[in-house]
Amino acid sequence: MTAIIQVDGLSKSFGEVRAVNSISFHVEAGEVFGLLGPNGAGKSTTIKMLTTLLPPDAGCASIGGYDVVRHATMVRRIIGYVPQALSADGSLTGYENLLVFAKLYDIPRRERERRIREALKFMGLEEAADRLVRTYSGGMIRRLEIAQSMLHQPTVLFLDEPTIGLDPVARAAVWGHIMRLREEFGMTILLTTHYMEEADGLCRRIAIMHLGNIAAIGTPAELKASIGDPEATLDKVFVHYTGGELETGGSYREASRARRTARRLG
Amino acid sequence: MKLQEQGAQPVASVKVPVAQPTNPLAFVLGFISKTLVIAEVEARKILHDPYDLLTRAVQPALWLLVFGQVFTRVRAIPTGDLRYLDFMAPGILAQSVLFIGIFSGMSIIWERDLGIIHKFLATPTPRAALVLGRALAASVRGLTQALIIFLLALLVGVQVNWHPLALLATLVIVVLGALIFSTFSLFVACMVRTRERFMGLGQVLTMPLFFASNAIYPIDMMPAWLKVVSRLNPLTYEVDALRALMVRGGVSHYGIGLDVAVMGLAVVVLVALTAWRFPTLAQ
Repeated sequence: MTAIIQVDGLSKSFGEVRAVNSISFHVEAGEVFGLLGPNGAGKSTTIKMLTTLLPPDAGCASIGGYDVVRHATMVRRIIGYVPQALSADGSLTGYENLLVFAKLYDIPRRERERRIREALKFMGLEEAADRLVRTYSGGMIRRLEIAQSMLHQPTVLFLDEPTIGLDPVARAAVWGHIMRLREEFGMTILLTTHYMEEADGLCRRIAIMHLGNIAAIGTPAELKASIGDPEATLDKVFVHYTGGELETGGSYREASRARRTARRLG
Repeated sequence: MKLQEQGAQPVASVKVPVAQPTNPLAFVLGFISKTLVIAEVEARKILHDPYDLLTRAVQPALWLLVFGQVFTRVRAIPTGDLRYLDFMAPGILAQSVLFIGIFSGMSIIWERDLGIIHKFLATPTPRAALVLGRALAASVRGLTQALIIFLLALLVGVQVNWHPLALLATLVIVVLGALIFSTFSLFVACMVRTRERFMGLGQVLTMPLFFASNAIYPIDMMPAWLKVVSRLNPLTYEVDALRALMVRGGVSHYGIGLDVAVMGLAVVVLVALTAWRFPTLAQ
């Protein structure tokens, strides 16, 4: 087994709240790994620590052999990140959004144009490239954001709720593109999602988080077997491990942000 | 039964090779180019929506056309050999650059609420380049303000010094001023993080910065305590330099060398402070 992501005893507290409580897991090269859990379970906090945005209180994590704290810049070179909230700039065109990131990732000038055209084509955005992003639909914005994060051909791609707030058609399109990314470029993908049936079909392995802990980890089949019902849906597995609570934390501010994101994407 | 990953079986970790610039020159060049890319983002936004710049010119226009004209007639403020209008024009230029700079913090909070900042912070861009690039963008906006204020000054009959070197030096001071107040505003934004608090604090900070300076009246007129505050206010040095450079017959009290030194120091300190706090915006 070769691990591309190694997490060992990772912890983070916000005041009294222990958002992530000494979690350990690994992700193998080339796999799609799903992080599931109710709101406030610690998924986003985990992703923020792995993408070097948030320093952990304890424990360590490495991406591609680089420690997320000590070698943060190296980690940033080999990862792509699509945050849950809206991250494409609405006051620029789709092309400009890509151009900026191509430059920030040091893609050589002679290759820039080709990579941008490729990414636009890959995500089906060629026609809309020169339009301001504020005129895009929610699904188009998401595809543009993924295009931004694939320009430098990252080893690991982090997607935080990539389909939140999208209608079923746009969602299917986004998933289709994510799967092609893995197949064509062999990217390792770590994602969080609320949609159990999608996680079931798309993730090779899943970790269910609850109250900052990893309640269970394994392939969808293993998880179902673990609750003694191989025919169960992943929803049922989820309820089993999280006690059926949909929310265990969060805040007014987070809720407002999530709603706003959903509205903008919808 | 609970499924847990066993720590017992050691997992070999993949080492992904990464090309990293090693010599200092490459690092410096990389830093400069990243700073310019961030500034370019903002410049492109200005090009997509240039009307924003015109609405921002309304306030300085009011100061020059109304306040300036009236007080020139009243002769209430002793400004030496300069007419009051000539005295205040550099102050109004500095003021409009101050307001432009303070706006940077507002836009960074806006982008933080969306998630744009998170994505930038997850790239290998040096944090100081993210800060300096944004400040440089404010300078670009500041330069467009300078253009508008020069036109207004011409309109109301300010004795503008048209010597090319003086003009060039004026623009340099405008750039420095915008760098100072935009990084200051970014720093405040990093500390307060929410739009509501920033709006409140922005008001509370900008007006004293403006009034506790030599922008619209000489420091000699001030009570002793205010003189002290003014001497600590970078805006005073910006106005002092602009006054010597922008209008005919204008003189610098402190010497342009000192003005530039104070402003340069302020930029370095503020960029360093802000780059240190900037990553907390994503937390």
